[in-house]
Amino acid sequence: MSEWLSYSLEDFLMFSPRVYWRLFELHNRSVWPAQGIALFLGIAGLAFLLRPRPWSDWLIATGLGLAWAWVAWSFLWLRYATINWAIAYVAPIFALEALVLILVKSTAARPLFALDRGVPACIGLALYLYALVFHPLVPLIEGRSLWSAEVFAIAPDPTAIATLGLVAMAPRREIALIGIIPATWCLASWATLHTMDSSLAVIPLAAVCLTGLALAIRLTVIHPI
Amino acid sequence: MRMTRRCLLAAALAAGGGAILPRRTPSRAAAALSTRRIPSTGEQLPAVGLGTWITFNVGDDLALRDECAGVMAAFFEAGGRLIDSSPMYGSSQPTIGYGLQKLGRPKGLFSADKVWISDPAGGPGQIAQSRSYWTVSRFDLLQVHNLVSWEQHLPMLLAMKAAGQLRYVGITTSEGRRHDDIERIMKSQPIDFVQVTYNIVDREIEQRILPLARERGIGVIVNRPFQEGHLIRKLERHAMPDWASRIGASSWAQLILKFIISHPAVTCAIPATSRIDHVRENMAAATEPLPDEALRHRLLDHVAQL
Repeated sequence: MSEWLSYSLEDFLMFSPRVYWRLFELHNRSVWPAQGIALFLGIAGLAFLLRPRPWSDWLIATGLGLAWAWVAWSFLWLRYATINWAIAYVAPIFALEALVLILVKSTAARPLFALDRGVPACIGLALYLYALVFHPLVPLIEGRSLWSAEVFAIAPDPTAIATLGLVAMAPRREIALIGIIPATWCLASWATLHTMDSSLAVIPLAAVCLTGLALAIRLTVIHPI
Repeated sequence: MRMTRRCLLAAALAAGGGAILPRRTPSRAAAALSTRRIPSTGEQLPAVGLGTWITFNVGDDLALRDECAGVMAAFFEAGGRLIDSSPMYGSSQPTIGYGLQKLGRPKGLFSADKVWISDPAGGPGQIAQSRSYWTVSRFDLLQVHNLVSWEQHLPMLLAMKAAGQLRYVGITTSEGRRHDDIERIMKSQPIDFVQVTYNIVDREIEQRILPLARERGIGVIVNRPFQEGHLIRKLERHAMPDWASRIGASSWAQLILKFIISHPAVTCAIPATSRIDHVRENMAAATEPLPDEALRHRLLDHVAQL
């Protein structure tokens, strides 16, 4: 136990920032133009939230589940695991999130994904829109090529942040289950980026904090869930 | 006879490579490369090797694999021999294998890898996989990484050595961890090498491990000589001592390496880098003159005052 205490986060970082960002660049080039399809699916999800239909809940859950499964396979398993052996254990957890989405949806008595009024819904909507539209533009801040952009349903961080957005905006108790794996991933991503001395580390951490804030507001102020 | 041929081939590679690749430190570096005697056999080894932690973990990125092959080419060109890796280092082993194949399997290579698996039964399989990644038929040195399951792995490695499947056996640690266990194994097991962290600010091993290595005839490989670059970045904010040029050091990196390899118990330091100019700079540090005891103390005093 005392030996483990002698390790710092840096001791677990086994790749350089350059290799990390080139990973996204290579991945984006290999799956192009899937980014357009992913963006379309994300916008479609938002449209279903704004104008719900009887089947839109299932479409959101299934689409999001497919996004998690696709990221697990195409990015984590095939690409990220080549430079970080621990990711081989994380990829199945991403696949598990796909099952959690379907399972929670199939057992929910009422529609799961919804956008009501109030601060939590605004936080959730902001997180979702950020993940979809603004997160892919982050490389421009750092002077990197847009090919290294992290895109919803293509890369893990925006997929997790968008999912947290849905969790934050929905007035349903059971949806919190869906947020456990995305929140855990965001904390892991924060640790990775922080160890890489990247100022972007604040993004996944902020996503978790904002989701927590939204859920806390619902529990203590609005308490409908 | 065999060692002589290896040294000649390494020197020939270094001299021949100089005609092909531009170099910042010309043939003087390879010609005067400082070597150390491996205590258990007397084999000579260049005092600076090549580590691969982080720097060679580039995944399937072909452009970066080519860059690593370029680093290896410069390393061999300068007379380098020992390359160290581990199954723990992500894709570093396949990257080395890629480089070795691209360079036509340089004859001077001294391959050092590790076994790192908690399940003792998995050791032989992991070693076979590592050999496959490196594309070598056998390793020169295998070490028990961070003493993981060393009670089981060490007898297995010693048996491999006895069977001629391996030339040297060692153990490793880093950042000062488990030094008591390291000492216990050094005293009780017939190992050839111990790999530990040592540099101008991490000097705990000077107290017991380095003297014990000399007493027991165990070679010492030094990892993290630059604290993964942190030490260099700290020191580069300050001027080098004005006498650094007297020992042929033109950078803090060279000064630190010269400090490390000038310790009489140290066999080889293994800085890791992904840059060709840095590997040349590192190899140029493995040349005479090295600091004597008085200059080592002056350097320690200088760094302590920064």
